Amino acid sequence: MDLIAFVVDGLLIGFVYGIAAMGLTLIWGVMNVINLSHGPIIALGSFGVYLLFTNLGLNPYLSLVVVAVAGLATGMFIYFVAIQRVINAPHLSTLLATFSVNMIIIGLGTAAFTTTPYTVNFSLGGLSAGPVTVLGTRVVAALAAILVTSALYLFLYRTRLGKFVRAVANNRAAAELMGIPSSRILALSFGLGTMLAAIAGGLIATFFPFTILSGGTYELKSFVISVLGGLGNPLGALAGGLVLGTIEGIIPKYLPTTWVPVLEFLMFIIILLVRPTGLFGAKK
Amino acid sequence: MKRISTLILALVLIGSLLLASCAPQPAAPQEPAQPAATEETTSEEPMPAAEVKAVIGFTASQTGSLNVESTRQVNGLNLWMKQVNDAGGVKLSDGSVVKFESKFYDDESNKDRVQELYTRLATEDNANFLISPYSSGLADAAAVIAEQYGKVMITTGAASDSTYMKGYTLVFQAYTPASKYLTGAADLLAATDPSVKKIAIVHENDKFSTDVSTALNEYALAQGYEIVLFEGYDSGTTDFAPFINKIAEAAPEAIMGGGHFQDGSTFAKQLSEKNIDVKFVALLVAPPEPSFAELGAAALGIIGPSQWEPLANFNADAAKAVGMDFYGPSSQEFTDAYKAAYTEDPSYHAAGGYIAGLLLQKAIEQAGSLDPQAVKTALDSVDLLTFFGHIKFDTTAEAHGLQVGHSMVYIQWQGDATNLAKQVVWPQEGATAETVYPLP
Repeated sequence: MDLIAFVVDGLLIGFVYGIAAMGLTLIWGVMNVINLSHGPIIALGSFGVYLLFTNLGLNPYLSLVVVAVAGLATGMFIYFVAIQRVINAPHLSTLLATFSVNMIIIGLGTAAFTTTPYTVNFSLGGLSAGPVTVLGTRVVAALAAILVTSALYLFLYRTRLGKFVRAVANNRAAAELMGIPSSRILALSFGLGTMLAAIAGGLIATFFPFTILSGGTYELKSFVISVLGGLGNPLGALAGGLVLGTIEGIIPKYLPTTWVPVLEFLMFIIILLVRPTGLFGAKK
Repeated sequence: MKRISTLILALVLIGSLLLASCAPQPAAPQEPAQPAATEETTSEEPMPAAEVKAVIGFTASQTGSLNVESTRQVNGLNLWMKQVNDAGGVKLSDGSVVKFESKFYDDESNKDRVQELYTRLATEDNANFLISPYSSGLADAAAVIAEQYGKVMITTGAASDSTYMKGYTLVFQAYTPASKYLTGAADLLAATDPSVKKIAIVHENDKFSTDVSTALNEYALAQGYEIVLFEGYDSGTTDFAPFINKIAEAAPEAIMGGGHFQDGSTFAKQLSEKNIDVKFVALLVAPPEPSFAELGAAALGIIGPSQWEPLANFNADAAKAVGMDFYGPSSQEFTDAYKAAYTEDPSYHAAGGYIAGLLLQKAIEQAGSLDPQAVKTALDSVDLLTFFGHIKFDTTAEAHGLQVGHSMVYIQWQGDATNLAKQVVWPQEGATAETVYPLP
């Protein structure tokens, strides 16, 4: 089979990885917080789509809009409850705070949903072109990822609020002196990061089974991608996602699939050692 | 930046460790569910028989990847316990009556937890007998503890052969062993289309699936098949797309292998979505599960080996016909009782849970005591037909406890996407329908 089939599959999933990583890297970029509750939020996004689709019969892509709004609200809530108080403390405090949120969500999620896998029984069929057959849902997910990235870009670079976010990211003290309400901007940024994670989770639910624990895998991938694309650089994260997805797609052609995580994390360490600003340049 | 990089690296390592340990850690093991107590004594004897409690210890995977299969297995075991207790228990030779109660913990589908918890069951909880957890890996971990503490254990939901090659004397297997798990699929393929030669064997990278696939590989090669791909995938894989591309590249005519429910059903779904051109697909564990039908069109034509099917009607008449003893309920009686108790069709995992209890009951009855050595001797001599099929254990020193009586049945999902039905297609004498071939 042509290499192209492997590349296309990898790229399509890479878009989804990209969105998930964008959420993580945005939060890091704006507030220097490593969000350890990223994984469970991704899983919650999946459950959001599942519940809306299964119980209300809402189209998964319409459900995504609801999930996105809920993600934004959840993120802002988490910020005010768990992060605001420790935002200026050393990294370990915010790490522990987000880790606690992680454990709380997993605990509640396990109680509510158990760890039995859930699937959203939704299909858009397959699209075939020559040697390549791809799933409709994965194509739509990639398109949605592009749409979300564009929207984020427009928000950050074309709106006043986006400018505030960038200002706070660059220099919080100076931004405050200019009259920017940094606390609310930080909450918004955390909300946006959470929203991206929830959207990624929602998209994942349209083609993979999931449990409350499945977010962990995507969280780890998000770390790799964030470093690959440059910490704090949202567009770099999308690019990093595509690189990682492509690698995952191609490796099985030449090596046993069990090599995928080995090579991924090897690459991660090499990037940290050789080019810690990532392939596409980190914040600042 | 360098400090941040170091921090991130450390975090990822910690994250991996946490992920591996499967996040939720219940604060304390759960209390066992108490079986429905039946206090009334229906007997009219002048001297009421002394009642003895026998504790059956086991772990259940209430969380983690084995949750679906394990829950059904425990359901089956609980049904047996309720029935035997409701029926007045088992009478011992000294006239006392044994009633059973269960003691179990959540093993989180985790091998390390299994060893900890079985030690606890054997020492602190003083379990009289043990039933294995679901899956070969976990059962293997539990078997060594059972042997160490001198407890008779019935393993169920566990098909690996290797557990019984370690010189254990108290561990007895209810399932057909892994070495014979998928070989029937190769026989079925040969009987259906002798012209097919190329098979891809793909399997989950765990003990059970690897054992089954390795045995199948040897068997298929001996039958003259060409194995165009033999490869494992990680447990918990959700994205099979690149792997399926690789399978397509190898151009097999048949795909065999699989793993457990989660990965098997995802694999079948993605195979169908990718429109791979193969004639025959036989996967482990997932297809016989009733919920496999939720895949719709993707389930159509998929074949799976099953330890037991409600369709295969084992009863006293069938036993008489082949000159064997029959023990316990018939398939029909078990199926009806299970449906009444859990409002779903029993899968073979559920039947596996029930048979484990039933075998203990038979052995205790025969031994007339709860003494492990007497029960062991009784189990050694078991050779009978049950609702689960023929049961007989290997009694040689090399493979003591290995199941040698039982054999698999192969089911296939037939019909159409909206109206799927399971049919037994192999062995021929038990078949309820012709094999749908090639795949639609």
